[in-house]
Amino acid sequence: MRLHLLALLAKEPAHGYELKQALEQTFGSAYPSPNIGQIYVTLGRLEKDGLVRAVDVEQSNRPNKKVYYLTAKGRELLTTWVDEPTEGPRVRDEFFMKLVLAPLTGIADRMALINRQRRHYLSLMRDLNDLLSRTPPTDRVAMLLIEGAMLHLQADLDWLERCQEDLA
Amino acid sequence: MTPVLKTVRLVKIYQDGAVPVPAVRGVDLQVEPGEFVAIMGPSGSGKSTLVHMLGGLDTRTSGEIWLDDHRVDTLSESAWALLRRKKIGFVFQFFNLVANMTVGDNVELPALLAGASPKVARERRESLLGALNLGERADAAPAQLSGGEQQRVALARALANQPSVLLADEPTGNLDSRNTRDVLRLLGDVHKEGQTIVMVTHDARVASLADRVVSLFDGEIADDGRIARRRTGTVGEVIDLR
Repeated sequence: MRLHLLALLAKEPAHGYELKQALEQTFGSAYPSPNIGQIYVTLGRLEKDGLVRAVDVEQSNRPNKKVYYLTAKGRELLTTWVDEPTEGPRVRDEFFMKLVLAPLTGIADRMALINRQRRHYLSLMRDLNDLLSRTPPTDRVAMLLIEGAMLHLQADLDWLERCQEDLA
Repeated sequence: MTPVLKTVRLVKIYQDGAVPVPAVRGVDLQVEPGEFVAIMGPSGSGKSTLVHMLGGLDTRTSGEIWLDDHRVDTLSESAWALLRRKKIGFVFQFFNLVANMTVGDNVELPALLAGASPKVARERRESLLGALNLGERADAAPAQLSGGEQQRVALARALANQPSVLLADEPTGNLDSRNTRDVLRLLGDVHKEGQTIVMVTHDARVASLADRVVSLFDGEIADDGRIARRRTGTVGEVIDLR
């Protein structure tokens, strides 16, 4: 969450609760509901690392609140994060390892593994379809996240087909 | 319950070239009333051949095909054609609408061919076009419609005779994602009303709308199972889902 908070602070200084609201507004339902405690803990660590600094702002009838702002070091880290290409999905995943090793174990043959995995992916796809139909079209980032997940699943299913053709 | 469709050791071998090519190699399939079955598999796995045989568009080499408890693979071509008009609706990837007839006439034609009175055929045409949101396009020529609209017309035509089974061969294969969504919603709607559907598709998004997925491989059924439904909450959890 560190870099997400840095990105929000790059726009304007804010206190913890404002950051929680900003996450909710920016991502809609595409971000697991941010926990306020986790936000404060993360801000504390960012401060310790010199990536943000805090100033106390007096409030008339409540305790002071801490408003955080980005330091030059924080901005540098954020720029590096944004400019770097992002790693794609890991391909040598758990299923791949099972598929390669299964014939040695005598527990399941590869066809059975492929069939079971296909059903699993299809049921995930079905969930995503349900989710998409329940997501209001105005929640653009959520729609994009679901569509992205669907395209990844389609690729996984295409790859299962390739495994089936080559290993059968 | 009597299955709507049943095949017994169904085989298709193409003998056109020098070497016979087996496309379907002994398929036993049973489709219950109201089921929505997706047929998937790599290209060349026999899925289109299978669904064409089910619809009588291709002849079988051996085995049996039963439709509504009647054996149909032994029927003469004309008897098959007659039965097909009444009991089977077909949707293809490339719509196959009659180009020089209006949208409305395309939808009305199957009912007339099946022997419905002009009045009944007209009523059905109007209710179908209305349901598919095409009422205002009835007098247009198919070519004036977008791909998605043409596919909706093809769907209306296929449903015109309230068929026992709707067969679809890559019905969204030629559509962009928005039109795909429209056509899928319609398929989902008619399925909810009890329509039995057998659909060939390579698109997992489309297949996942079905109750059951049959996976073909090399002309045989490699897997046949229901798609489990799980429940996910917010979109945020989708990230964690994987």
